[in-house]
Amino acid sequence: MTDTAPRELPLQELDEVIIRFAGDSGDGMQLTGDQFTSISAALGNDLATLPEFPAEIRAPQGTLAGVSAFQVRISDFAITTPGDAPTVLVAMNPAALKAQLHNVVQGGAIIINTDAFNERNLEKAGYESDPLEDGSLEGYRTYPVPMSQITRDAVAEHGVKPRDAERSKNFFALGLISWMYTRPVEPTMEFINTKFSGKELVIKANEAAFHAGYNFGETAELFESHYEIKPASLPSGEYTNVNGNTALAWGCVAAGQLARLPVFLGSYPITPASDILHDLSSLKNFGVRTFQAEDEIAAAASAVGAAFGGALSFTTTSGPGVALKGETLGLAVSLELPLIVIDIQRGGPSTGLPTKPEQADLMMAMYGRHSESPMPIVAPKSPADCFNAAIEACRIALRYRTPVMLLSDGYLATSSEPWLLPEIDSLPDIGVDFHTGFNGTNEDGDGIFLPYLRDPETLARPWAIPGTPDLMHRIGGIEKEDGSGNISYDPENHQKMVDLRAAKIAAIDVPDVEVAGDQDATFCMLGWGSTWGAIDAAVDRLQQAGKKVAHVHLSHLNPLPKNLGEVLATFDKVICPEMNDGQLVNLVRAKYLLDVKPVNKMNGVPFTTAEIESAALQAMDAS
Amino acid sequence: MTDTSPRTEPADWATDQEVRWCPGCGDYSILTAMRMLMPELDVDRENTVFISGIGCAARFPYYMNTYGMHGIHGRAPAIATGLAMARPDLDIWVIGGDGDMMSIGGNHLIHSLRRNVNIKILLFNNMIYGLTKGQFSPTSEVGKVTKSSPMGSLDAPFNPISVALGAEASFVARTHDMDRQHMMDMFRRAHEHKGAAIVEVFQNCNVFNDGAWEGITKKQNRDANLITLEHGQPIRFGADGEFGVVVDGGAAKVVSVADVGADALLVHDEHKPDPSTAFMLSRLARGPFEPTPIGVFRAIERIEYATSSTSQLAMAHDNQGSGDLAALLRSRGTWQV
Repeated sequence: MTDTAPRELPLQELDEVIIRFAGDSGDGMQLTGDQFTSISAALGNDLATLPEFPAEIRAPQGTLAGVSAFQVRISDFAITTPGDAPTVLVAMNPAALKAQLHNVVQGGAIIINTDAFNERNLEKAGYESDPLEDGSLEGYRTYPVPMSQITRDAVAEHGVKPRDAERSKNFFALGLISWMYTRPVEPTMEFINTKFSGKELVIKANEAAFHAGYNFGETAELFESHYEIKPASLPSGEYTNVNGNTALAWGCVAAGQLARLPVFLGSYPITPASDILHDLSSLKNFGVRTFQAEDEIAAAASAVGAAFGGALSFTTTSGPGVALKGETLGLAVSLELPLIVIDIQRGGPSTGLPTKPEQADLMMAMYGRHSESPMPIVAPKSPADCFNAAIEACRIALRYRTPVMLLSDGYLATSSEPWLLPEIDSLPDIGVDFHTGFNGTNEDGDGIFLPYLRDPETLARPWAIPGTPDLMHRIGGIEKEDGSGNISYDPENHQKMVDLRAAKIAAIDVPDVEVAGDQDATFCMLGWGSTWGAIDAAVDRLQQAGKKVAHVHLSHLNPLPKNLGEVLATFDKVICPEMNDGQLVNLVRAKYLLDVKPVNKMNGVPFTTAEIESAALQAMDAS
Repeated sequence: MTDTSPRTEPADWATDQEVRWCPGCGDYSILTAMRMLMPELDVDRENTVFISGIGCAARFPYYMNTYGMHGIHGRAPAIATGLAMARPDLDIWVIGGDGDMMSIGGNHLIHSLRRNVNIKILLFNNMIYGLTKGQFSPTSEVGKVTKSSPMGSLDAPFNPISVALGAEASFVARTHDMDRQHMMDMFRRAHEHKGAAIVEVFQNCNVFNDGAWEGITKKQNRDANLITLEHGQPIRFGADGEFGVVVDGGAAKVVSVADVGADALLVHDEHKPDPSTAFMLSRLARGPFEPTPIGVFRAIERIEYATSSTSQLAMAHDNQGSGDLAALLRSRGTWQV
C-alpha cells in the first residue's frame, strides 16, 4: 500500500490464493503468469504453477480451442501442488471465461475484460447470450473491467497505435492483480525493460498499461479490499523458481561436470520435450554439444555413437519418439553403453494430447523393446526434482553402462516451483574411469582386451573408447560371447547373456523407499513421478481430518527398491493413483502378489488433491 | 635416416575372426583393398572406427582390427554422426549395402551428406538383398524377378550417385570390386576428403544376383562400357579412346570422337561448385549395360560439420566464459529465505 492511495481499502491477510490468468493464446497469459510468479517468489511466498496451452501455436482467435491459461498458487505455507481450483479467474475474453469458469471455486472472484465481450466474440465462444447479463455468473464475485479501453487510453500519449495498444492489456491485468495482492511495482518495471530491451515504444506501452491496471485497482471503487500473503516459512537458503524441463537441462549439464565428461544431446523436436533441447543448445560454453537430428531414430542413434566415443549422451523426447527409438534403445541395451533417454510423457496413443500430461509410458519404458531388454527407469516427483533425477539417471547409466529411461511428464515439464539451490560441492561424484589396459591374456600369454568381461560387483563391462591404444574391439547388436564380445550364436551363451543383462539391472543400487505420513497407518498411498505433490497434499488433508495415512513414493521404477514389497505388505490397504490405466499397479501386483488398488485418471489434467483425498476416503470406507 | 616404411602391414588390420561371406562374394576383394590401403594411409588402428548397419556388407567392422560397431539396420550414418561430433579426432568409415543405405537408412544417408559430417561412407551396391536371401532392393531394376517380386519388381530404382549429388554431398565417387587398385584410389581420396564422402562400390553378389555388373566390370566389357573419370582430362573411353562424352541439350551423351572432334569432349572437373555436370554424368547410363563412369564425380570443399560445431562451442566459451554451474542455477534470478 502506498501513502498516496486516494482511498484506504482494508488490507486483508490470506494464507493462499490460486489465480488463473486466461485469455487467447496470443494474449500473453503465460508471460503474465510467469511474471506474477517471479514477483511472488521474490516476496518469499511458496508457490506452484500450472501452465495450460493449446497444441496449436495460434488457434483461431477468440475460440475455446485457442484459450491459453496459467494457474499460479501462492501461499504463506509450504505447498506441493498448484491447487485444485482457482479462487481468482482473470478472463480476457468470452472464450476464456467459458473454458475456465467451471474450474473456479464457488464464490471465487472473476475479473473480466468487458471490452472483449462483444457480439462477435460471444458467438465465437459459443455463448448464446451475454454471460455478464444473463445470470450465469451468479455465485461468483464478478469484477467487470474495460481493460482494452483503459489500456488504449493509457498508452495513447506514448504514440502507440490503437491496434498495438491492445497488445499491452496483459500488463494492465498484471498491474491490477499486482495491486490486489500488494505486489511491488519495481520488479515488473525491471522485467519489462529487460524483456523488451531496445523496443522503446513497447516498453513505454507496457509500463503505462501496468500502471493503469495498478491505479485502476486503487481508484475504481470496484474492489472491497486488497490482500496480503505473507512469506512462507521455507527452509532458509537461496531459491530460484524452476520448471521441470529447465531443471532437467541443468541436471544434464551438472551430471556432465560431476562425471567430468562432455555432454552430447541427440534430439528431434517434440512437444513437450523441445525446451530441453532449446535450453541445452544455449549452454555451449559448458561444452554441451546438441544435435538436432533428422528424426527420432537418428537422435537416439547419434547419442549411441557419441556414447561409444566417450561422451555423456542423452536423447530427449516424448512418447511417440520413444516408440520410434525402440530398436536403437535395444541396441544400447545390447552394447551396454551409458545413455540417458528422457521421456516427457504426454497423452496418447499416437499424437494424442501433445500438451497434456500422462504417466502412461511406464510399460513402454519397462517393456517397449523386443525380446528381454531390461532398462532402468527413474522418475522425478516435482519440477525441481528433475535436476536430481537427471543426475541419478546419469549415475546409473555410467556405473552400470546401460541406457536409462527418465520418465518426466508434461505437467512437471512446464510447472514450476521454488527450488532451494543445492551446494555444488554437495552433489555426488558420478565419474567413472575409461578402461585403458588389457584385461585378459590369450593362449600365448599376450595381453588382450575382452570388452564384455564384467566388473564382478556391478556386472558392468569395461568402457574403452576409440583412441585407446591396443584396445581395438568391435561391438554390435548381434549376440556376443560372454567376455570376448565376439559374435556367438551358441545357445548356452545366449541364455547366459540374457541372464547377465537381467541380473545387472536387477542389482542396481537404488535406495530403499521411505514411508511418509503416519508410520503406524494401515492405509497407504503408493505413487510415482509427478503425482507426488497431489498425494502429499492429500495426506495433509486426511491427517487434518484425523485419518491415519501413509505415503510411499517411487523415484526408481526399475529396479524397484529392494524393500518395497516388504513395506507395502505391512499395510492393510494400498491404493495407487497414477495418470494411466493402472501400469504401476500391474507391475507391483505381478512382482509382489499384493492387491494394490488402482486409482486412475486419463483426462489430460493432473490429479487434484481433492480427487486423491476422496479416492482415499472411499478406499478406507470400503471393507 | 628417417624410416619411411609403413608403420603397419595389411595383416595388422585383420582380426582373428573368420570371414563369413559366401565364397566368391565381392565383399572379399573390398576387404582386401581396405586392409591393403590402411598401411599406406599412415593412420593408427586405435584412431580408426568402422561403423555399419545390418546386411552382408555390415559384417565388415568385425574383420578390421580397429574400433568398430555393428549397429542396426540403416542407422550407421546416424551413429557415425554422433561419434564424429563427439570425437572429431577419429577416422570414421561407414559400411553398408544398398538396402541398408538407400532403403531403411535412406534418410540418415542424405542428412549425413548434406551436413557434411566427416565420415567416409562405402556403399556396397549389389542391387539385391543378400542377407535376407534375395529380395529386390532399392537399386534393383524394374521388372527384377525375385522371391518377393515373382512377376517382376514394380519399383523404379535409385541411382546412388544421383541421390548423393542431390543430397549436397561434397565428395561422390564410384568404383567396382573387380579393380583393387581403383578401389584403393577411391578409398584414399575419400579418406583425404574433409567432410562427408560417399563411394559407391559395384559389388557382385554371386549367390542372389550373380553377374549383375558384368556388363560393365567384366574384362571384355570394360573397353566398351567402363568410363574412368579423371580430373582435368577429357572424358574418353574405348580400346583406343575412340568414344567420348559431350554435354548436349542439357544432358551428357556418349559420342564417337571421330564424329565430334577431341576438342568437343567434356573435360572432367571434380571441383566444379555446381553439381549439374556431375549429375549429368551420373545419368549417362540407364543400367549396367551402357557406358558407365567410375571415379570421382565430385570433390568440393565445404565446411565440415563437427568443425562448425566445435567452433560454436569455442565461440560460446569466448563470449560467455567457461560454464559455471553455480551461476547457471542462478541465471533466472534468485531470492533468499
